Amino acid sequence: MSAPALEIRNLYKSFGAIQVANDINLALPRGARHALIGPNGAGKTTLVNLITGRVRASAGKVLLDGEEITSMSQAGRTRRGIARTFQVNQLFRNLTVLENVYLAIGERTRVCNRLWRSAGSETAVIDEALDHLQSLELVTDARRPVRELPYGRQRLVEIAIALAQRPRVLLLDEPAAGVPSSENHLILDVVSQLDPNITVLIIEHDMDVVFRFASRITVLVAGAVLTEGAPDEIAADERVRSVYLGERREGRRG
Amino acid sequence: MDASKSSLPAGVGAVAADRARAVDFLTRRDRFRAAEALPWLLAIAAYFIFPDQMILGGQTLIMILFALSLDLILGFAGIVTLGHAAYFGVGAYGAALLITDLGWNEPLSGLACAAIVAAIAGFLSGWLLLRYRGLALLVLTLSTTIMLQQLGNLFRDFTGGYDGIPGVTIAPLFGHFDYDLYGHTYYLYCLGVLLIAFYVVRRIVYSPFGEALVGIRENVARMHALGSPVHWRLVVAYTISAALAGVAGALFAQTNTLVQLGVFDFDQSAAVLMMLILGGAGWLYGGFVGAVLYMVLQNELAKISPEFWQFGIGLLLIVVVLLGRHRVFARLVNIGRLLPWGVRR
Repeated sequence: MSAPALEIRNLYKSFGAIQVANDINLALPRGARHALIGPNGAGKTTLVNLITGRVRASAGKVLLDGEEITSMSQAGRTRRGIARTFQVNQLFRNLTVLENVYLAIGERTRVCNRLWRSAGSETAVIDEALDHLQSLELVTDARRPVRELPYGRQRLVEIAIALAQRPRVLLLDEPAAGVPSSENHLILDVVSQLDPNITVLIIEHDMDVVFRFASRITVLVAGAVLTEGAPDEIAADERVRSVYLGERREGRRG
Repeated sequence: MDASKSSLPAGVGAVAADRARAVDFLTRRDRFRAAEALPWLLAIAAYFIFPDQMILGGQTLIMILFALSLDLILGFAGIVTLGHAAYFGVGAYGAALLITDLGWNEPLSGLACAAIVAAIAGFLSGWLLLRYRGLALLVLTLSTTIMLQQLGNLFRDFTGGYDGIPGVTIAPLFGHFDYDLYGHTYYLYCLGVLLIAFYVVRRIVYSPFGEALVGIRENVARMHALGSPVHWRLVVAYTISAALAGVAGALFAQTNTLVQLGVFDFDQSAAVLMMLILGGAGWLYGGFVGAVLYMVLQNELAKISPEFWQFGIGLLLIVVVLLGRHRVFARLVNIGRLLPWGVRR
């Protein structure tokens, strides 16, 4: 049996006296569609930061395809194939959409080490960038600065960048956050059509999306895993209802 | 084009056209535009129109080069420093000591030596300091420059202390062109060096590496998430910038035939920063506008009031910075967005 694509073992993190990750265990097989849910402040984004290396764990292990990456830098983990989107856009707002994706590819392929060639002469990078933009129907906006795009389309750029990194493991931190519901189907379509070889961990508040997309769900409360299971198990779990689902709606719809 | 890649038969042409336009945008933006000849034509025109101002002209070209070197790291990579005089000074002393201590007075190889020495200083200090940003970096760059100045003072047998090194006289340019008292040869010499340095910076800025520098300036967190070796990118840019500042310092030493520890003064770091801000950072020509404005103003104001000329410069800077914060005026100040060339950033 092959090692999980992404595995977290007994992970701890505290900021001072506040325990934000408390003995978290998680294993995602290749191609998993795993959702991470929990009330605000449960430590979901922190967990993503711990996986990408943006934040260092106090104790515990992170493994990628069975290989420990706990002590690796953020850049090193990215090179190994971990990509993420941010809950709040982290884009190059004053650069064009094309340049945003260009940078993702340029850094992945190390083309950005070249300082004596014209950026425009790297046609392989530009073509690949445009392919990513085309698959997300962003080509018409390629030459516009990101800041001029409506928020929903900016979220698509966020995803385009992550995909341009050609990740093995993709961490989506509330990909549709802040997008008006009239537009969020665009993003959800993209998310549901992701390459099945990519292992996906998604943080999402909208239970409809979670239950439609995920085959497995982990519920995080106060930095610790409350429970993990298939969507119908989670929906039926009384504890989950009381801490989380009950706040919003009566569980699963339809 | 690549229309076959589209899965939708309808709109294939439109998508292909959009792709072509997007490709064009990146491939064409670094073509030389006719308007880019303007600063150079003006510099040549100045040579013929103001033949008696060529000493000021040469010093202005040196400051343009100095400001250009700062623009690479500040305007493009977003590194805010108050210690750029360090590399100007290292270059100046490198070029001077080469002549006075080693007796090597060929000017162009002198510039190359100064560039190498300044690059080494830039690499070492950059490697240490560029882990920090913002206020910490400001203080660290400032302190580095002060320490270099005091090292120069400490080893006064070697550097002449505050008296400096006199007698920095260079051999004729290309072994052929000697220097006249009015600074005509110096002016053309500086102009030629500036042109080469400008070409280098322009190429770097429009390279994939330059794109990454802008990415770091715009959003360093995202660059980390993209796996970018941010620190190394900054160190490389900083080293190149230091080398160019060193060349400017070497020209300064060669044309003044004298170097003093004043090249490390805080005023020097502040002046070059002011020039760049006056002319606008991040569009390559900010140094040209700012240095000319600053040097001419300094010259004219000093005639009016030898003691208080800095008041006028200070006032102008306040006006530019305050108005620059104003949205409408910002568009006017950011000439880059209005002019038809090379300016994306």
